[in-house]
Amino acid sequence: MSGLGDIVTVVLVTAGALLFLAGTLGLLRFPDTLSRLHAISKADNLGLGLIVIGLLPQAASLTGGLKPICVWLLAQLSAATASQLLARTIYRDPAEP
Amino acid sequence: MTLLLDIALVAWLLALAVHVAVQQEERSAIIALLAFGLLLGLAWVRLAAPDVALTEIAIGGGGTAVLLLRAEAALRGRDRQEEEMTRAGKLAVAAACAAISAGLGFAVLTLSAPAPTLAPAASEALAQTGLGNPVTAVLLAYRALDTLLEKVVVLLALVGVWSLAPDGLWGGAPDVKPSAVPAPLSYLARVLPPFGVVIGIYMFWVGADAPGGTFQAGTVLAAMWLLMMMAGLTPAPDTARPLLRIALMGGPALFLVIAFLGFVFAGGFLAYPEGFAKPLIVAIEAALTISVAAALAMLVAGPARKAPAR
Amino acid sequence: MADFLVAAALFILAVTAIALFRILNSRIAAERMMAVQLLGSGGGAALLLLGAATESPATSDVALLLALFAAFSCVAFTLGANATPGAQQESSKERP
Repeated sequence: MSGLGDIVTVVLVTAGALLFLAGTLGLLRFPDTLSRLHAISKADNLGLGLIVIGLLPQAASLTGGLKPICVWLLAQLSAATASQLLARTIYRDPAEP
Repeated sequence: MTLLLDIALVAWLLALAVHVAVQQEERSAIIALLAFGLLLGLAWVRLAAPDVALTEIAIGGGGTAVLLLRAEAALRGRDRQEEEMTRAGKLAVAAACAAISAGLGFAVLTLSAPAPTLAPAASEALAQTGLGNPVTAVLLAYRALDTLLEKVVVLLALVGVWSLAPDGLWGGAPDVKPSAVPAPLSYLARVLPPFGVVIGIYMFWVGADAPGGTFQAGTVLAAMWLLMMMAGLTPAPDTARPLLRIALMGGPALFLVIAFLGFVFAGGFLAYPEGFAKPLIVAIEAALTISVAAALAMLVAGPARKAPAR
Repeated sequence: MADFLVAAALFILAVTAIALFRILNSRIAAERMMAVQLLGSGGGAALLLLGAATESPATSDVALLLALFAAFSCVAFTLGANATPGAQQESSKERP
């Protein structure tokens, strides 16, 4: 069981890390600010989610596994609202769209 | 592998520090400072000091940067007669900072190995306090006097901030809510605080046996309150409001009462009677958490901007 | 396994560092504010990986606070950017 858990961890953590790389590449290559915001919000958060799931087999206890999930949910909430607020700042248009 | 990580972290911190120093625009410098603070939290984790990491992230992230930001926003429109510091002045400051850093580095690197430390003695006496976290034991049992004075200093800082209000507005409410509240902020301020409060109470409760404690918990609660004030879900309180003042004073007052009662029951100032140490410490921590939360939130909220409601 | 997790943490930190410097040196003010969000997710991932590698449960608490305060600071920054002193923008009411 531990062997299978380790394989799952390696696969998912690698996938997560690659998503972080993808996010940074998007940040460096996308043409305008809003797409760059997309890159770091969506790719990074998905990467974080995969890493959290990948770390679950390594958790020592139930609470040890629950806390990273809480971190991920919190990061999701914060990324969702923060990117909306940042996008408003980028537009900075008082008139209704 | 961990050595590689540590070296990369140190290089990153140095680069970021230089970046903060050379920034021309203040807002960019504040953002970079915030990033630096969050990264320093990571460094503290690598140094096996999670309590300090928690406080660094909380204060550097939720406290200092937001405070500086609000100060910068308040100063932005004003007419400033600013004299640029002379070249010689800047070089003098740089030389002094470098000298202090070099001195500290030298002092740390030339410590005898193993470095002189009181950690074993602190761990031995831990059983008497009933706590599991040596940091909390140091803060609230061995060096409780320092903690008491710290909390009083925080209150004094708050009085200093409040004294910036014009005479006619003394006792009024600070201005926290922006003129137009964006919908995502409203949403966040409704959804996040319940979880934030749970996290804050968890930080306070776990501080007895694992990294955590009053300051971290207080900062989390303060941040949640500030979020609600910023979204307009709750009005910023009048600074003269009795409930606010009781909340602010409650922690240090309880601490002082228990400290003086130590003369009666345990034979010394701030001494805890046998077997009662842990309940007393938890009670002090609870009161202090509320006071720290109120004080930090009011510090960031700033001086009064509206006349008090009569 | 611990070595692999630390290597992954190092990789994510390196990638986040590159992104951070691109962001902080940008000429667009709004982009610089993305730095906080970036650190929240990148730093949080690195911390969780380090916590699992060193088997210290306190590190996930640090990651929790990092995510929380990254959210809070982002809010504070965007509010500060939009608010101009003295400008009473009565923008149309936000209907939920």
